[in-house]
Amino acid sequence: MAAPVVRTSSAEVLPPPTERYTLLGWLKKNLFTDWFNTLLTFLALGFLYLIIPPLLRWAFTGAEWAVIPANFNLFMRGQYPAEQALRIWIVLWLTAIVVGFTWGVWSKEISPALVVVAAIPVLLMLVPFFAMETRLKLLGVEILGVVGYVIGRRVPRKHNQIATWLLIITLFASVFILRGFGPEQTDSLWARVPTNLWGGLLLSLLLSIFGIGFSFPIGVLLALGRQSKLPAIRTVSVLYIEFIRGVPLISLLFMGQVMLQLFLPEGFPPIDRVVRALVAIILFSAAYTAENVRGGLQSVPKGQYEAAMSLGLSTYQMMRLIILPQALRAVIPVLVGQFIGLFKDTSLVALVGLFDLLGIARVVLANPDWLGTQQEVYVFIAILYWIFSYAMSYASRRLEISLGVGQR
Amino acid sequence: MQQRAIHPSQERPPFWRDERVLSVISQIVVVGIVVGLLAFFYTNMVSSLREQLGVPIDYGFLKQTAGFDIGESLISYSRSDTYARAFLVGLLNTLQVAVLGIVFATILGIIIGVMRLSTNFLVNRIATAYIEFLRNVPLLVLLIFWAQAVFFKLPRIKEAIILPGPIYLSNRGIAIPWGIPTETWPTYTRILLGGLVLAIIVTIVLRERGKRTGRMPILSLWFLVTLIAVGIIGWFVLPQPPLVLDRPELVGFNTKGGRTLSQQFMALLSGLVIYTAAFIAEVVRAGIQSVSKGQREAATALGLTPFQVLRLVIFPQALRVIIPPLTSQYLNLTKNSSLAIAIGYPDLFAVAGNTILNQTGRAVEVFSLVMGIYLFFSLTTSLFMNIYNRRIRLVER
Repeated sequence: MAAPVVRTSSAEVLPPPTERYTLLGWLKKNLFTDWFNTLLTFLALGFLYLIIPPLLRWAFTGAEWAVIPANFNLFMRGQYPAEQALRIWIVLWLTAIVVGFTWGVWSKEISPALVVVAAIPVLLMLVPFFAMETRLKLLGVEILGVVGYVIGRRVPRKHNQIATWLLIITLFASVFILRGFGPEQTDSLWARVPTNLWGGLLLSLLLSIFGIGFSFPIGVLLALGRQSKLPAIRTVSVLYIEFIRGVPLISLLFMGQVMLQLFLPEGFPPIDRVVRALVAIILFSAAYTAENVRGGLQSVPKGQYEAAMSLGLSTYQMMRLIILPQALRAVIPVLVGQFIGLFKDTSLVALVGLFDLLGIARVVLANPDWLGTQQEVYVFIAILYWIFSYAMSYASRRLEISLGVGQR
Repeated sequence: MQQRAIHPSQERPPFWRDERVLSVISQIVVVGIVVGLLAFFYTNMVSSLREQLGVPIDYGFLKQTAGFDIGESLISYSRSDTYARAFLVGLLNTLQVAVLGIVFATILGIIIGVMRLSTNFLVNRIATAYIEFLRNVPLLVLLIFWAQAVFFKLPRIKEAIILPGPIYLSNRGIAIPWGIPTETWPTYTRILLGGLVLAIIVTIVLRERGKRTGRMPILSLWFLVTLIAVGIIGWFVLPQPPLVLDRPELVGFNTKGGRTLSQQFMALLSGLVIYTAAFIAEVVRAGIQSVSKGQREAATALGLTPFQVLRLVIFPQALRVIIPPLTSQYLNLTKNSSLAIAIGYPDLFAVAGNTILNQTGRAVEVFSLVMGIYLFFSLTTSLFMNIYNRRIRLVER
């Protein structure tokens, strides 16, 4: 009398079968499917053979990389005095804690992007030529960032306005910390540092962050103006946008340096050169923001407007509560792209005599000690620009996925 | 029953809540602020200009002698020419770089864009690396690197790098073979013009016949065939070839013959081409990928040949997506050519915004002219773009 065979537990769940290749199979599928593909493979190999070995030979034996560590501080902060350099670290620590906090408020799960960002200070600590002191300061950035994140995670997401305000306050506080108080050229930590000494990566980042920050509200207003039913407002917006988009940024920067003072009444105190460049960048960027936001506004279905109006919302309430949140969410990736573009475009201020990353590179090259190191210096700053831009575009792609743009 | 109670909206609200009144008021306020600001700036400008230069705004300086040299020029120019002619030299130099840049960037961009879609792993990765690298590096850094670290470091003429052609690369510039027109050149240009007219006629005739018979030939192909046929026949019918190839050769400390392009020009052109090609490649890739797979399958199911599928189904739809961003890349390239100022190529902006401005101090006049010219390019282009977009727009319900 055999007992019936009955399964008491469910069968083991197997993963779906994956494609499995041997090395040869992979090669055949990806490189040698037919004669044409094979030809392409060999052409590509030949091309790589022409490019890569000389490049590696140059990078490891030919190039004189000594110019980079010797001028590293210049590249990072320009001629910002060493006595006051601790203030830049204070700004970095402040930024780390606020950014960590904001991240914690916004996203409760640990995403790959978070891991990448958190790894940056640790990776920087591994740079061979940094002093132990620098490494400890970087460790401070890491710890404060983590502390901020842990605090932020405990704040419920509905309070995310706190984070936004904190970010804005930090931004302005940073400028005050960098600018300092009291008389110039003293050894005290808080002496004033005039903006013509600000430079390097510090200036590039400040210009792009403030450029995008100030141009954003102007751009949103212009986009709304361009969509407006009122002809006069529409015309003014269209004229502004088309004018700015039609001329090169470099002409606006030159105009800012040469002509901005002309537009102001006599006796007006001379405007700081950095501010002049910033004004040109903001005016330029606002027109592009406006066009991007317009794309977002057009993506909001008409039913949303009608529904909002039938609920009795005023135009202002409708825009602020219904339309703009949807429109802006749709264009976040585009805006990040624009920010990357602006970060790259800040290199143009070197042509009007500011010492941003590119401007400081030219200063280094003018130093007789480092004659003939153009290749090394420009490759280095190109890589710096690349790392920042690529990191931002990577982050924006992650953001796009987590916001579900195009899926909702 | 009162009519009013049923239609409360028929009663006019007080004027401060009446939308019609409010819209008029808000427009007046906005225009008032804009005009007021502009007037404020303008009066300030006029008064400070009067103080600095005596006269507020005066374009008369354009007729004065420029008195400076320009490194390279497409038209004859010397330091005794006027500022207006110097402007023209700069403008032509800008146009030269922009037109050549657009042509080469399009070719390179299409190649890289197609490579990016290749199923071949290596080819695909090379294209991806190219695009990802160049899109994330500032153009200005690229241009300065290209000029200072590559082209300005070319060897002296005695050690010139010689490429097949021959092309001589040295610190005296890049000497390339160049066609020199002979006596029959003017006749040949006339023959080519006639060929163009003939090609247009052939196209029209073929199109009319195609409409009648219902079998439309490939019009652009016939157009090209006619034009090239006339060109080839004309070349050999003439008693003497209209162009002879002139090869550069080393003579003493210089190259002789052919055409010598300056390092600045080559650095600017190659920098712009390499940079813009990365963006064009992305545009092309997005365009091709935007045509859904079903389109190809449906066209194949209808019995079209692979070439017909490409020409009649895939291409027209991809172009609709490609053309608008492609045009904006062309405009970007034109505007970006103003970065020539960083490497010493005398384009419009470098000649006007730098040299002329420094000599005359007439910022308002110079900037209005320069910006006006760039604006003209971009506005005419967007005008044609809008017309084109309207023509190819999908007709929706």
